[in-house]
Amino acid sequence: MAVSVDEAASTGPVRDHTPPARRLGGRGRSVLEVALLTVLAVVMLFPVLWMIETSIKENRDVYAIPAKFFDFKVTLDHFKDVFAASGGGRSTLSVSFLNSVVVAGVSTVLATVLGVPAAWAYSRFSVKAKKDQLFFILSTRFMPPVVVVIPIFLMYRQAGLIDTKLGLILIYAAFNVPFTIWMMKGFVDEVPAEYEDAAMLDGYTRLQAFWRFTLPLLLPGIAATAVFALIFSWNEFVFAIFLTSSDNVRTAPPAIAGLIGGTTVDWGLVAAASVVFALPVLVFAYLVRKHLIAGVTLGAVRR
Amino acid sequence: MAGIEVTALHKRYPDGTVAVDHVDLSIGDGELFVMLGPSGCGKTTTLRAIAGLERQTTGDIRIGDTLVNDLPPAERDIAMVFQFYALYPHLKTRDNLAFPLRAEGLPKSEVHERVDEAARLMRLGPLLDRRPHRLSGGEQQRVALARALVRRPRAFLMDEPLTNLDAELRADMRTEIKHLQGELGTTMVYVTHDQVEAMSLGHRIAILNKGRVEQIGTPLEVYDRPASLFCAAFIGSPPMNLIEVDVADGKLRSQGGLVLAPPPSVPRGRRLVAGVRPEALEVTEPGAERSVPARVVSAEWLGDEIIYVVDHGGRRDVRVRMPPTVRFAADAPVGLRHTGGTPAVYDVSTEELVA
Repeated sequence: MAVSVDEAASTGPVRDHTPPARRLGGRGRSVLEVALLTVLAVVMLFPVLWMIETSIKENRDVYAIPAKFFDFKVTLDHFKDVFAASGGGRSTLSVSFLNSVVVAGVSTVLATVLGVPAAWAYSRFSVKAKKDQLFFILSTRFMPPVVVVIPIFLMYRQAGLIDTKLGLILIYAAFNVPFTIWMMKGFVDEVPAEYEDAAMLDGYTRLQAFWRFTLPLLLPGIAATAVFALIFSWNEFVFAIFLTSSDNVRTAPPAIAGLIGGTTVDWGLVAAASVVFALPVLVFAYLVRKHLIAGVTLGAVRR
Repeated sequence: MAGIEVTALHKRYPDGTVAVDHVDLSIGDGELFVMLGPSGCGKTTTLRAIAGLERQTTGDIRIGDTLVNDLPPAERDIAMVFQFYALYPHLKTRDNLAFPLRAEGLPKSEVHERVDEAARLMRLGPLLDRRPHRLSGGEQQRVALARALVRRPRAFLMDEPLTNLDAELRADMRTEIKHLQGELGTTMVYVTHDQVEAMSLGHRIAILNKGRVEQIGTPLEVYDRPASLFCAAFIGSPPMNLIEVDVADGKLRSQGGLVLAPPPSVPRGRRLVAGVRPEALEVTEPGAERSVPARVVSAEWLGDEIIYVVDHGGRRDVRVRMPPTVRFAADAPVGLRHTGGTPAVYDVSTEELVA
């Protein structure tokens, strides 16, 4: 690590064309910056690296003292255990991964289908007490989920939604709709309403105008919003652990947490399951990274 | 082609603001009618109500003989050009023009013919295969105009179509629109906040303020006899001088002693203001005939003319338009003389024209 700091610092002055008086300050600062960032990166990335390393170590090496950083035998047995049961057939973990895919996917689709037209309506029409309505919608996101989990549990027990995928899908969609409305409203505001006006004068109804002209221009925004919603549903833990109990309904986060707590903990399996769990989110975030930034910084610069 | 009849149009938004307050307009067949006013005066709302993009709270709109209150925009047979050109970004110029025709379901050959005709009229030949983002602002607006006229609608509605263009291009397009309207003879309602545009384009101008019509008239009528103090201050650059006057021995006299030719009948016992255009005044050598003593406060040298700001002891300084050959230094003692005809006279309390 020390080597890379020196390298970064020594290449600095070569590219640096600022006057000599300021160069020293600039160089001093850049050394400090790189050093701090390096420390931060190590702190942030070490658990991730350790998780990946553990997932490909043999059990002997996982428990070795002193810990083995580099000198261990690579094995993919843990990943096999994530998907296949020891006696053959599918493991319970693989079932919970499948549940996660279904719950996160359907709830995201539901939130998008409901939220995007709502956002369009709030952006285009003069609605009575629009600001109050939007504030109310946003306010449902103010409290942490754990505050409402017990009332929700009681209601779900009455409604027969306890320990069902449908129950999780509904609660995740409910949490994602406000977010979708707010984020999509920003995107809809950016698309000039004149496109729809022009299309309506050209012979289309308002809905056709929205469908044929505004919606295609909104697709990047919808993608970014949906990924945010997907990540929320995929990672959600509190509702999942309270509202589900059986193996064939549980999603991955409580299932992975459930691996810890027996007399012995198979850390290799925990790590492998965690890697499998983290991958889809990373891939999705990478695919839409441009739009994610656009979504976060939206509204910072006005037209 | 058809005239447009707007009767007691009223638009109130859910939050209580009144955008259009019982407006009556009678726009003749083939007329180029301009709605002029500051932002928020209700001109765009009125236009959008005529287009059917906005539903009025009360009031009637007739296009030709048809009451269109309940017709959707598409069935009103009108075309609209927007400030932001609203060309469909994914379509080439040719398809943008053909779009409304295809929506109508015209046969291919006729679509082709009409697109070619519109393209020829607006000289779009080389632009036909480009998409909107590869066109300049002026080109985009020409395409937008062509898209409006390709439909041969009963009326054109123009919503500040030149506001986004730079000054030189705007003057060119102004000429082009006026020429086009004359050629086609189609009724056109043109909304703008630019008085120069309104004066140069309109057969008649309606001046709107706070949702109400302040005055409707030809450009000359509007310029010569503004119907209210608002119109007087809005039209003209620099605007009319509003000089407080008293009636004495059948004459209008300002506090500085400036005497104006009186209109035939002047109401008595009211506070009055005379509206005098800057070109109806003259700066003279001190002591010249019929002049009152005054002092030059400042002078704006505009090249083709000089605008003198002159203090003649009245409550407000007056602006005088002079040819560039007549030169006085700032602070110089001068004379001020009224050379125009009878001025428009307004009641201060009602702000309306009284004589």
